[in-house]
Amino acid sequence: MKLHLRVWRQQSRQSEGSFVTYEADGLTPNMSFLEMLDVVNDRLTKEGQEPIAFEHDCREGICGSCAMAINGEPHGPNAGATTCQVYLRSFRDGQTLTVEPWRAKAFPVIKDLVADRSAFDRIIQSGGFVSVGTGQAPDANAIPIGKGIAEKAFDAAHCIGCGACVAACRNSSAMLFVAAKVSHLGLLPQGQTERKQRVQKMVAAMDAEGFGNCSNQYACEAVCPKEISVEMIARMNRDYAGAVVDQI
Amino acid sequence: MKLDARIPAGPLAEKWTRFKANVRLVSPANKRKYEVIVVGTGLAGASAAASLAELGYQVKSFCFQDSPRRAHSIAAQGGINAAKNYQNDGDSVRRLFQDTIKGGDFRSREANVHRLAEVSVNIIDQCVAQGVPFAREYGGMLANRSFGGAQVSRTFYARGATGQQLLLGAYQALSRQIGLGKVTMMPRHEMLDLVVEEGQAKGIVTRHLVTGELKTHAADAVLLCTGGYGNAYYLSTYARGSNVTATWRAHRRGALFSNPCFTQIHPTCIPVTGEYQSKLTLMSESLRNDGRCWVPKAKGEQRAAVQIPEGERDYFLERMYPSYGNLAPRDIASRAAKRVCDEGRGVGPTGLGVYLDFSEAIGRLGEATVRERYANLFAMYHEITGESAYESPMRIFPAVHYTMGGLWVDYHLMSNIPGLFVLGEANFSDHGANRLGASALMQGLADGYFVLPYTIGDYLSQQKPRGEKTDGPAFQEAMGATQARTKKLLGVNGRKPVSEFHRKLGKTLWDTCGMSRTKKGLEEGLAILGGLREEFWKDVKVPGSGADLNQSLEKAGRVADFLELGELMCRDALEREESCGCHFREEHQTSDGECARKDAEHSYVSAWEFKGEGKSEVRHTEPLSFEELALATRSYK
Repeated sequence: MKLHLRVWRQQSRQSEGSFVTYEADGLTPNMSFLEMLDVVNDRLTKEGQEPIAFEHDCREGICGSCAMAINGEPHGPNAGATTCQVYLRSFRDGQTLTVEPWRAKAFPVIKDLVADRSAFDRIIQSGGFVSVGTGQAPDANAIPIGKGIAEKAFDAAHCIGCGACVAACRNSSAMLFVAAKVSHLGLLPQGQTERKQRVQKMVAAMDAEGFGNCSNQYACEAVCPKEISVEMIARMNRDYAGAVVDQI
Repeated sequence: MKLDARIPAGPLAEKWTRFKANVRLVSPANKRKYEVIVVGTGLAGASAAASLAELGYQVKSFCFQDSPRRAHSIAAQGGINAAKNYQNDGDSVRRLFQDTIKGGDFRSREANVHRLAEVSVNIIDQCVAQGVPFAREYGGMLANRSFGGAQVSRTFYARGATGQQLLLGAYQALSRQIGLGKVTMMPRHEMLDLVVEEGQAKGIVTRHLVTGELKTHAADAVLLCTGGYGNAYYLSTYARGSNVTATWRAHRRGALFSNPCFTQIHPTCIPVTGEYQSKLTLMSESLRNDGRCWVPKAKGEQRAAVQIPEGERDYFLERMYPSYGNLAPRDIASRAAKRVCDEGRGVGPTGLGVYLDFSEAIGRLGEATVRERYANLFAMYHEITGESAYESPMRIFPAVHYTMGGLWVDYHLMSNIPGLFVLGEANFSDHGANRLGASALMQGLADGYFVLPYTIGDYLSQQKPRGEKTDGPAFQEAMGATQARTKKLLGVNGRKPVSEFHRKLGKTLWDTCGMSRTKKGLEEGLAILGGLREEFWKDVKVPGSGADLNQSLEKAGRVADFLELGELMCRDALEREESCGCHFREEHQTSDGECARKDAEHSYVSAWEFKGEGKSEVRHTEPLSFEELALATRSYK
């Protein structure tokens, strides 16, 4: 199997980038997309060229490191999957694939396909937690939590922080990411005490990082590798409005 | 060298309580004068950094990933053990302790393991309070399932992503402290050396992976929470970035490396399909609650799994280990799978695979229940193989998954270098020669939340805060050595990419120091690895410069360290003339092919000392004494 690649190459944050074409040959459908890049990179190394920089770590869809758009689609063509979970059987022999990093003002490109997503960490640092110190916890079964609530909280908490939602959004909005954490903690009894401050702080941090607004196109939900629902955004908006009204 | 584990006096069940009652403390006003460096942000590192900052220490946290949330603890699937006895099925601290010692085939320290079992209950409380969405029963109480090596249900879980949820809990606690300005977080920093000043660990050297800047950092104590070294085998269930560099560099500075040959091969992973493969994916042990392992009774069976009648199937784990069945511990299940494949009864295109079959569970519980329990694992399997495990059995094969070996630590989790503490998978302490499922998450969080915050005070209370100055000769020397090494890697300018050396190292270790080992094989392995190391430094090609993001340079440094470690793994396996847990020496087996332990000669922890470049390492031993549990032959039959 053979693929034609157009890959975004950019030396550093300051420099300008461009697409460079590579031929990838001798592939098999059972290879993962990232394994195909490994093969290309080994060849480039042998030829004395710098390999394509890209982020990846667990290669099983949970760490959130891998982050690239394939033919314009964040994480490529498969629903509910990260880039590392895309296998070449998803493509046609001889197909041309354009590979590029996330594009968003709040995610500046560092090199090639690597973007800086530290804005997400700063949003969590602003309030995405329950303020409980080590040793302060009551018995784990002291507060019953209905199975339905626990399941819903898990659905939100399953976010891997990859940033595909931002990359897919025409406004580069981080609403799905922020809403997932607001909902995860807001659904659980343990998160109630700080619920109102949390949503306000996290939304303020999100705005300060330069992410755009939500205009209800649902592109984020369509590309989310954990299939997190835009319902979470509605829940966050409701929490936010409630918190603001309470202050009046 | 005499190794003093500093185990407190008194009856086993009271040691930790007595220790806490007598431990020296640092007063609240003085805590902020001490700097602590924490390397790694997995369960052990994130929980330790957060807890220490809450106590008032100045903390600097480092990780090589772009965010602390990406540490590989995130990928743990199945669950976390705790002796809560919420199921009323006879569990207790004592029983968790016994299961863990037995599971580790009597090669771990009783006192450490008992403490682990004691604090396990606090971990679950802490995580629930943080908002970890564990699975619940309809009445709102926490749900449990069972894992290998236990006859009770004590495993707490969050679907198939327990590690993710626990890590996010610790990451959020850490993020809170970063937001409060109590932790300085340095992502994209890789530790490349340890600074030992006047015999004490006082700092580290890091490389900023984006700018290439090398820098020294000083502190009053250094915590290594950098995970295991299973990527020495190239193919493993580890993240691609997981590496041994931090602990190996500390080892070269004098920290003893214990039991390096104890590596866990997990029985249920998706089999290898080709040469290009970069990663093996685990299918959680929790699947063995409902999945049944089998191979055809006949060699060379050509029919599809579903066409093979019940009577022609060999449910080999149920046959060989009737009392634990499919939930036999990992080392035992892996060896059993290898054995049936060696007999020519393996399945799949390579013959290196066995079936994990859910049809009985689907019949008993209905597909909806099976889906609820394991949907994400079945989806993962489908993505990788293109096959549906609802319709035909999964094909699985053992793969490298965890390392029980690591830096030697005492009861305080301190290495033999004062001030250097080692937590989680990076130390050797609690799992002996085989770790039980759902115990890695327990140990990482026990060390970080509930053990180290006590023991570090005992050390720091005897130290004067040293301040942030990094101009001493020890710092300059470590900096110079790191610069020289980086230059050397970039300067070889050979022909082969790093991955070629890594693959060959991995294959050699898998063949000689894998699921079964022989004297002859290990000696051959050592010869190959010696040559490979020489070739690496003559012929490796690292393009680019050291002054920016250079992933080839990162990999080269890590593989260079794996090459040295690989030799030590083989030597350790060679000198342990017995079989125990994961370490199966073919020369030492019982008539029915089980491990033959040699307690009189080998009831010890090995602890290797680096003696300098080109010199042989020297092995010390810490004898293990079993006061509470009688040394018994492990049986799961």
